[in-house]
Amino acid sequence: MNPTDMPIERHTIAVLVANEPGVLARVIGLFSGRGYNIESLTVSEVDEANARSRITVVTSGTPMVIEQIKAQLSRLVPVYDVHDLTLEGAHVSRELALVKIHNTGEDRIEALRIADTFRARAIDSTLQSFVFELTGDTGKINAFIDLMVALGDVEVSRTGVVAIARGTGLDMPLVRRNVTKRKRRQPVTGD
Amino acid sequence: MSGAAIILKALQDQGVEVVFGYPGGAVLPIYDELFKTNAVRHILVRHEQAAVHAAEGYARSTGKVGVVLVTSGPGATNAVTGLTDALMDSIPIVCLTGQVPTHLIGNDAFQEADTTGITRPCTKHNYLVKEPGQLARVMHEAFYVAAHGRPGPVVVDLPKDILFADCPYVEAGEVELKSYRPQVKGDTSAVERAVDLIAKAKRPIFYGGGGLINSGPKASKLFTEFVHKTGYPATLTLMGLGAIPASDRHFLGMLGMHGTYEANWAMHDCDVMVCVGARFDDRVTGRLSGFAPNAKKIHIDIDASSLNKNVAVDIPIIGDAATVLEQMLAVWAAKGCKPDEAARAKWWKQIDGWRSRKCLAYRPNDDVILPQHAIRRLFEKTRGMDCYITTEVGQHQMWAAQYFGFDEPNRWMTSGGLGTMGYGLPAAMGVQIAHPDALVVDIAGEASILMNIQELSTLRQYNLPVKAFIINNQWMGMVRQWQELIHGGRYSESYSAALPDFVKVAEAFGGVGLRATKPSELDDVIDEMIKIKQPVMVDVAVKQDENCFPMIPSGAAHHEMILGPEDQAERRTSEEGMVLV
Repeated sequence: MNPTDMPIERHTIAVLVANEPGVLARVIGLFSGRGYNIESLTVSEVDEANARSRITVVTSGTPMVIEQIKAQLSRLVPVYDVHDLTLEGAHVSRELALVKIHNTGEDRIEALRIADTFRARAIDSTLQSFVFELTGDTGKINAFIDLMVALGDVEVSRTGVVAIARGTGLDMPLVRRNVTKRKRRQPVTGD
Repeated sequence: MSGAAIILKALQDQGVEVVFGYPGGAVLPIYDELFKTNAVRHILVRHEQAAVHAAEGYARSTGKVGVVLVTSGPGATNAVTGLTDALMDSIPIVCLTGQVPTHLIGNDAFQEADTTGITRPCTKHNYLVKEPGQLARVMHEAFYVAAHGRPGPVVVDLPKDILFADCPYVEAGEVELKSYRPQVKGDTSAVERAVDLIAKAKRPIFYGGGGLINSGPKASKLFTEFVHKTGYPATLTLMGLGAIPASDRHFLGMLGMHGTYEANWAMHDCDVMVCVGARFDDRVTGRLSGFAPNAKKIHIDIDASSLNKNVAVDIPIIGDAATVLEQMLAVWAAKGCKPDEAARAKWWKQIDGWRSRKCLAYRPNDDVILPQHAIRRLFEKTRGMDCYITTEVGQHQMWAAQYFGFDEPNRWMTSGGLGTMGYGLPAAMGVQIAHPDALVVDIAGEASILMNIQELSTLRQYNLPVKAFIINNQWMGMVRQWQELIHGGRYSESYSAALPDFVKVAEAFGGVGLRATKPSELDDVIDEMIKIKQPVMVDVAVKQDENCFPMIPSGAAHHEMILGPEDQAERRTSEEGMVLV
């Protein structure tokens, strides 16, 4: 089969990188420069002591392109490790969304009722609005937003996907530290 | 120690003998240190692009890391073409760029450019040093990254305040990079499977590339040894020329768009392909759907991202070319492998049939110098000499690859991946610095040479006896050829109008200018060029409308190549081929 005729697959890839200036630009530049898709990308420091950040990127492409993406990521100098969570077995993935809805009357009550079924929490409220906090997989969050849009004016902020493998295996463990050596926080005595 | 002193110390510790550079405000402290310590030789170029190409020439002819020093802003942006060239051809370069002081970064200060931002996609890695404490580590790391794994250019951006700041020094040995650890040794089971496949092959071919050169001379030696042990044919990419001697009877010549008939047909018809340190570039493969359709493919590369990129292979092996070849030879010997001699003889008979087409033959001409003949004579006259060749980009480059035979690695420096016109003269400069007594010739075109002609001034300053051998057909020949073949002969802007008198140009720069306009003058001019121990520019007036053949038209496969003008009329380029470059 011609490689370009292969089916498009969606993969969730976890990348452990050095937390240094420019590293995110390197990763994003790699995707845009080589024409790869980014469906979602999240990044945050996960290991302060060793200055490591974890990037979770959801991308799509033919199996050959996915292999390329992983190989290209792996050869970036500040990259420590790359794991294809989709390929390596079951994983869980979640994102968090903050959804603000502006409405009144029956729609407002309906919005609150739906939020309850989705286990979304109202974390801010006025007489005409709510801000709901919701976690779940991408599908659940999309479904919730679709319902909210039908009930009022909506603004959304979402984190994008974070993911980790199921089970006992640690793909990219934090470096173990001796906790007792850590400085103990001084008790607050008040003045 | 000041930051500038740290840099000089790090360069010395890394064994750097020469730096190609151009001063400016942001790097003055480093130039001051160069002046005071006199520890590293500095070659003052006339344009920063040339500094990088010179460093590339130095690196490619020695196997060492080439070092560049340029100032901030325009100094850095001028270096970008050279850096991209080094990235595409995997040449180890460390490029130090000046930067405005840290507190001014982002303020649009004078001669400020976002150098790390601009060079991120055209370097293997880059650094912006913002802490004095990081400077020594970054310097050492830059050399490690440039030279290890698949080599490439590394930029170290140096704000001016860091150059004055008091910095601690750390020895190179104390720097350890935790993240970048290229795999050198090939997977044992993959190596064994590969050897089994090679031993059983009926129509095998070895296909080597620039990775053999980058891996060091040992890789070329082992490659040749493996070819001899098996008795199989071998071909090389443009970047790999010299990895197996051109005079070796197993060598079928270069493959690809302007490769030989026999190399491309053997690639097309082979049943087992052993690719070592090449990357299935589009110049090599032609139309992918028609590329070696019946071959099992083994691919050895130090860069995992080269494997299965353009062409799906059966046995990918990540590792250094020399190391993996050594492993393969050991397995070959241990298993007592023997090639199938009957099949091999049949295969060679078929190859000899393709060879007998003599695809590189040309009809001698007494009236006008043929470009192929000019390069052939240059080759014959320099045979046995300690000779290095660089080129610019275009028809002359392909003719040089076809008609100049290289029997050793590191003798041939050409811009392969990026195709940078203006590469050859500064690259030759770098080669001559590394090999002061050698004959270094830039085989050039009249259009390309004008792109970095200012370097004649550098040649004069350092008395570098580089020879620029200009194949002058008064056209951007390769552009003209494509316009003839696929754009109906509409020669849009490809004529080299208002050319200078190259003899006078050479003289104006303090060199020697020579000219050959008739075939009868050619040999004498080459002899004289070789004799003169000064910068020489030779203007060879050649046949203007000569095309470079054989050729795989874009969008075509190996077995659809055209041998010459007689062939081209019947072959129309496909619509898919038209959009390719």
